[in-house]
Amino acid sequence: MKIHFFGIAKEIVGSSELDYSALEFPKTVAGLKVQLLEQYPKLQELSSLAVALNKKYATEEMELSQNDEIAIIPPVSGG
Amino acid sequence: MEINIKIVDQIDCTRVYEDLSHPGSGGVCVFIGSVRNTTANEAVNELFFEAYEAMAISEMEVIAKEATAQWGLNKVIMHHAIGTKKIEEPVVLVGASSAHRSACFEACRFLIDTLKERVPIWKKEFFDNKNVWVTPHP
Repeated sequence: MKIHFFGIAKEIVGSSELDYSALEFPKTVAGLKVQLLEQYPKLQELSSLAVALNKKYATEEMELSQNDEIAIIPPVSGG
Repeated sequence: MEINIKIVDQIDCTRVYEDLSHPGSGGVCVFIGSVRNTTANEAVNELFFEAYEAMAISEMEVIAKEATAQWGLNKVIMHHAIGTKKIEEPVVLVGASSAHRSACFEACRFLIDTLKERVPIWKKEFFDNKNVWVTPHP
């Protein structure tokens, strides 16, 4: 299961994508955030951290499945 | 209603009137965002933009449709550049055309404000001695 990272989150994690095995993969968006914030404490310094599921902003309680496209969205700054 | 949405290497500002003009429109309003040479009194050399392209396009589509529904627009354009951009280069172009001017003025403001809040694009500022990912101001 792949997670994509962008911007400052990519810099903190040190990669534009991470591969998780099905076993260690969290079941929900909230679980994924907890896991990432523990693993990469510098992510806690960001003013927000959103998750996108299949190219749409996800809510905390949404469930993750094998085929989802998952991306970590740090504070956006386009324009 | 017609929407024209793109992530591009370079913004082309020369075609925007053709892109937005419409027989039913009496007004066209455009906003172009460009690279400024300072941030908080520090000289900026250039900016770098990165996008989660597929999602950026679908978010811009949602925003364009919201604007169209709210203001009854005839045409909407939203283009954003990625990559390295020098001082004075355009980085974002949004615009709308409508029967009367107030609708396209208001819609144009909504398009850029909402793009900056929601669309997954990130900018990095390059100074003489450092470079930083921008954390947006409220």
